[in-house]
Amino acid sequence: MLMLEEHPYPEDRTDPFALDVLAEPYEFHACLRELGTVVHLTRHDVLAVARHDDVQAALGDPETFCSSAGVGLADFRREEPWRPPSLLLEADPPAHTKARHVITQVLSLAVVRGLRETFAAQAEGLVEALVERQEFDGVRDLAAAFPLKVFPDAVGLPEQGRENLLPYGSMAFNGFGPRNVLFERAMAGGEPVKEWIARHCEREALKDDGLGARIHEVAAAEGYEAAEASLLVRSFLSAGVDTTVHALGNALYCLASYPDQWEILRGDPDRARHAFEETVRFESPVQTFFRTTTRSTELDGVEVPGGVKVLLFLASANRDPRRWTDADRFDICREARGHVGFGSGIHACVGQMMARLEGEVVLQALARQVERIELAGEPVRQLNNTLRGFESLPVAVVGS
Amino acid sequence: MPRVSFIDADGSETTATAASGQSLMEAAIANGIDGIVAECGGNMMCATCHVYVDEPWADRLPPRSPVEDEMLGETVCPRRAGSRLSCQIRVDEDLDGLVVELPEAQV
Repeated sequence: MLMLEEHPYPEDRTDPFALDVLAEPYEFHACLRELGTVVHLTRHDVLAVARHDDVQAALGDPETFCSSAGVGLADFRREEPWRPPSLLLEADPPAHTKARHVITQVLSLAVVRGLRETFAAQAEGLVEALVERQEFDGVRDLAAAFPLKVFPDAVGLPEQGRENLLPYGSMAFNGFGPRNVLFERAMAGGEPVKEWIARHCEREALKDDGLGARIHEVAAAEGYEAAEASLLVRSFLSAGVDTTVHALGNALYCLASYPDQWEILRGDPDRARHAFEETVRFESPVQTFFRTTTRSTELDGVEVPGGVKVLLFLASANRDPRRWTDADRFDICREARGHVGFGSGIHACVGQMMARLEGEVVLQALARQVERIELAGEPVRQLNNTLRGFESLPVAVVGS
Repeated sequence: MPRVSFIDADGSETTATAASGQSLMEAAIANGIDGIVAECGGNMMCATCHVYVDEPWADRLPPRSPVEDEMLGETVCPRRAGSRLSCQIRVDEDLDGLVVELPEAQV
């Protein structure tokens, strides 16, 4: 359909969304990087870009690599999306510029700084209770528990029904993949979840002093209708939870698996923010996103035709040896700046400063209160068409 | 390669060379300039690569985008007339000799 057979790209028959590939993606990523700048993934008839500089270049050229045709495999120009498109993620300038401006006003650096004290106190308290228990599930009891407390509190969601947030995130991020078993499983029985989310994006459901209400307020001032403002709140709820849960879970896993790195962090808790940054590079919670070309272009001298879906491998870019020394090594002292784990360019994660804050306070609390951390059982991966993380992570800690 | 100088809050000056196509922020990082944090890597999300650019250089820089302008309202040290985000300044031969001042703090 896309007539990619006319183009002489190296081919790869791997399905990037196959369960075994999602479970262990890095060898496949290395193959893609070696094959060339642009690789034809025959299974889904799309192009793949997996080297750091090329991924960054594509993300930095949203006029050519657009988002309004969807940032998943589905091409919104031909297929109906499973939900109304996001005004942020699945939009191009100028509409995107306007919508993003609403969010950047609400999620300003001043606002994020204002959350620090509360977030840090929550993290210290949570870790203190876990140190007493000694053994716990690093995902359920920490990586999920923390964001599921502080984030909906900040947004102004009621206590009741928050269990809908993770299933909704799973739908959103599996929804960027093909209609495979992960997609179907996430969507099965998802109507009540979608309804709960939609209802709680409305102004009436949100507390007066939370960020959700503030989105409605700023959006109205910028000329948006209430239904559009609700969609902007939806972006918050879909992008702000699962991603952070997986980032924290991956950080725990890395620190429990690399005792030398844990020792460095314990000796210098102020390195927590660096450790979190390195986690996002090394085990990127968001592994891939699609773009769609609006016209023919070139990447590193290779022609890319217009009108095709291009799968950008963020996680591969973050381990590209062309860009990183010892790319496959988890090293919390390295210079991790410049990774594309939060994306790059106009669609770069708008919540990244809040995510960094969450990561910092949790890892700092651990570094201060825990002497030893190790895996206490076999970790179970949670496979997702877009995200990388764990379903459960048994860990044992010894308090300091 | 263009040379750029950073004057830190104590008044000491460091001169760095910028590779072609690099942003001023990237040149600072590559040359180990401590006064630039640049946590977000150049996405105008963190406002921690703040610099002050005085005349005659200020006029020779491209104008601020609306997003840069918005982010400059969020820097830790006060915004001045010459405030810029160094990630948004592409260093080319025209900027050879550029001198910028660093704020006292970025975070």
